[in-house]
Amino acid sequence: MIVGIDMGGTNIDGVVIDEGKIIKTIKRPTDRNDLLGTIWTTFKDLLTGYDKTKIKRINLSTTICTNAIVEGKTSSVGMIIEPGPGMPYDFLACGEKNLFISGYIDHRGNIVKDLNIAEIKDGCKLFKEKDIEAFAVVSKFSTRNPEHERRIKEALEKEFSQDETPIITMGHTMSGKLNFPRRVYTSYLNSAVYKSFKEFAINIKSSMEREGIQAPVFILKADGGTMNLDKAEEKPVETILSGPAASFMGISALLPTEEDAVLLDIGGTTTDIFFLADGVPLFEPLGIKIDKYKTLVRAIYTSSIGLGGDSAISIENKNIKIGPKREGKPYGLGGPKPTPTDAMIFLGLMDGDKERAQKAMTLLGEKMNMEPKKMAKLILAKMGDMIKSKVDTILGEINSKPVYTIKELLYGKKIEPKMINLIGGPAKILAPILEERFKLPTHYPANYEVANAVGAALARPTTEITLHADTSKGRLSVPELELYEKISSRFTLNQAREKALELVKESAKNLGATEEELDAEITEESSFNMVRGFYTTGKDIRVKAQIKPGLIHQIRSDKNA
Amino acid sequence: MADERDVERVHFCVPDVKSRVTQSHLISAGGAIRAFKAVMNKKVEKAFALIRPPGHHAQRVVYGDRGFCIINIEAVMLERIRQEYGDLRVAIVDTDCHHGDGTQDIYWNDKDTLFISFHQDGRTLYPGTGFIDEFGGPGAYGYNINIPLPPATGEEGFLYVLDNVVLPILDEYKPDIIINSAGQDNHYTDPITHMNFTAQGYAELNKRLNPNIAVLEGGYSIEGALPYINLGIILAMAGIDYSKVHEPGYDREKLKQSRDITEYVKKVAEIVYNRWKDRDNLYIKDIRGKDYVQRQRQVYYDTDNIMEYQTQNFKVCKKCSGVNTIDSRSDTGYHIFGITIPRDACSSCIDEGYRLYKYALNKYTSVYLQDRVNDKYLAK
Repeated sequence: MIVGIDMGGTNIDGVVIDEGKIIKTIKRPTDRNDLLGTIWTTFKDLLTGYDKTKIKRINLSTTICTNAIVEGKTSSVGMIIEPGPGMPYDFLACGEKNLFISGYIDHRGNIVKDLNIAEIKDGCKLFKEKDIEAFAVVSKFSTRNPEHERRIKEALEKEFSQDETPIITMGHTMSGKLNFPRRVYTSYLNSAVYKSFKEFAINIKSSMEREGIQAPVFILKADGGTMNLDKAEEKPVETILSGPAASFMGISALLPTEEDAVLLDIGGTTTDIFFLADGVPLFEPLGIKIDKYKTLVRAIYTSSIGLGGDSAISIENKNIKIGPKREGKPYGLGGPKPTPTDAMIFLGLMDGDKERAQKAMTLLGEKMNMEPKKMAKLILAKMGDMIKSKVDTILGEINSKPVYTIKELLYGKKIEPKMINLIGGPAKILAPILEERFKLPTHYPANYEVANAVGAALARPTTEITLHADTSKGRLSVPELELYEKISSRFTLNQAREKALELVKESAKNLGATEEELDAEITEESSFNMVRGFYTTGKDIRVKAQIKPGLIHQIRSDKNA
Repeated sequence: MADERDVERVHFCVPDVKSRVTQSHLISAGGAIRAFKAVMNKKVEKAFALIRPPGHHAQRVVYGDRGFCIINIEAVMLERIRQEYGDLRVAIVDTDCHHGDGTQDIYWNDKDTLFISFHQDGRTLYPGTGFIDEFGGPGAYGYNINIPLPPATGEEGFLYVLDNVVLPILDEYKPDIIINSAGQDNHYTDPITHMNFTAQGYAELNKRLNPNIAVLEGGYSIEGALPYINLGIILAMAGIDYSKVHEPGYDREKLKQSRDITEYVKKVAEIVYNRWKDRDNLYIKDIRGKDYVQRQRQVYYDTDNIMEYQTQNFKVCKKCSGVNTIDSRSDTGYHIFGITIPRDACSSCIDEGYRLYKYALNKYTSVYLQDRVNDKYLAK
């Protein structure tokens, strides 16, 4: 048995899957003041009548860290930043206290100017005065040489040794990708939410023990994969915004395809849009934006519009305006404003108080000189138009994005959707409307209401590594694994590929992946000569490898049933 | 990507475009065109095309590779833009350490394209040209400006030339667009040149020059200079503070140029600027009264080891910049004749161009016609 739980802002959804079949589903409101309690009661209800010892794993998508950020309940963070030469760096100040230090490492990992430990000691006085709770240490090009970050961390640990071990995030452990500002923000966020997640993890662990459940717990990431609870405690920043990823995985599990497709999750407040290229998800090129921070957190590409079943409708200058806000429940369910849900109830497409729904449509219809029935149909048509127009805009943007390699320029793929796959409350009702708008086959699965929890349940561990080999220095580095080792000057791209695949598998095992889940692949590779003066001194080899985001197994659901 | 026609607009490739130009060149020029279009369409205020391979040594006739250049990226870019957007008055300022002899050759007789190159003196460095008296063809006499600088010129010298020659000339010329042909080999760590310029200097130069477009040219100090210079140029063009951009081991005091150099640079600047001011008189003295102006040259292709001998012949026309021809042979066995009808050609020059093409002698291995008025390119 696999248990999947997806905690959203409005609802928490849970499923139990056994031998490839969904055997139980549950949906209830989220209590924002007691997230842990919400999870726990959902969990208990879900498992009533089942043998808890048969649970093989529990997959959880949680908003703990997202909430901490939204509600400003993060820890105060002291930043130590070594910017080196380059742009003015004031804009990087994101912590409660920011210390910019001298010293620098160049893009090949050479230490050009050494650290000045005295600067750090002085900075620690300020941190102590401010009662800073957590730290992040980032030096430019630390992925190429982490020595400064490691030494700063040691210095910090020494200064704060009287307290419990201080929370310190080192920039190079966050991602192997180069991008200094994003590395700074990612490290900041990781330290800022560290405590919130740690408390949550401790609670989960003790509750599990109390209930006698021994199954491993995995946490969903924004890239559609999972990691085990221990790893999540180290990198809680990766758990942020995993909700859309759960939806995405749900659609993929229930409606598998190998073609280009648009995937939609139409919820109460928003519609999330995803894209598949030959059945493979589109990712954010560098990382997701969290709050106001651009990060290096790997994520499935999502675009959201403020349009859902409960979006408020108003009439402005004889034009229907739907969303972008939800102003409470639908009118028909006692809310303040007419909503698309009212239109659906009135047209008999959904259960509810038909009389109140009619009143909502009449109210709107009067302003448009229109019968209620015509009004309701127009609202659904308008939803279809809004989704179509947004999808077209994003597709235009994606297909005209600058390309970064010659290969992409010559063989660049354009996304041409062959189908629309959708989930969410109004999925069934909107499918025919969208089919007509897009002129594309439109599918929704049988369990469209809890597809996100299915996605959470079936997600499996993913990881990515960036291997960089500099044969003239005789050095190989994989920052994500804190691996820095010597190599021969004859090290080749082929060896680099093999090494990367081996390492990425090992790394996935540490995240809790089982042998059969180790579906590793090389995603990027390059090798070029390095010249110093007039001579070729060696090769610069770069290889990226990942464990493909994927599903434990697919559930072929009935389509459009 | 640029296409064959974009190349034909600028070059006579011998025997043809396909045999000389690789996909890399078309991608490189395509990148520059894309950057220029972004400026023309007002999508961006300025653009820096960081492209390889470079182009400023590529001349009108192309037998092969010279100084790592086969096609002239800036010229291919600019002529495509002129074709699409109409006439533009353009100044190309070449800040590469080597003389931009290719760009000079292409715009030799084009008054609407002012070419200014400052570089290490041709007596001390490849390609051995770029002297003060190379002043332009009869249709653009005075609009080709060379400022040869002595080895070991530093920040002070470059900025002096910029402030006292380049900027005053640009003020007078009033171009619609300024292009910086942005070579980075004047840097003090460059292994194949002998100048003392710095990342700070390049940034300051771009701030004062304020080009609409910069296009990357040469630069061979890969680790010690390029990352810092490029960043400096980008920040300067974007109007962002670049004071924190320093290359490893930068020491302003050590890189100061000697007083002798300062004095020498001042003299060069004065001569060049006075010649510009006096260009109309110089025209009367050197050109007026002639029907044709001839120019004989030897061009060496260092990368491909080819020697070319050519005679260019410019018609002195009162109505336009004049039809002109190149008779060129190389030690690879080709002997070609190229005819160029310039963008502003009058009807009699157009007719003359087609007549020259039609009645070209049989001794040539190929004859080419560039009709820039009708954007037509013929070869036989």
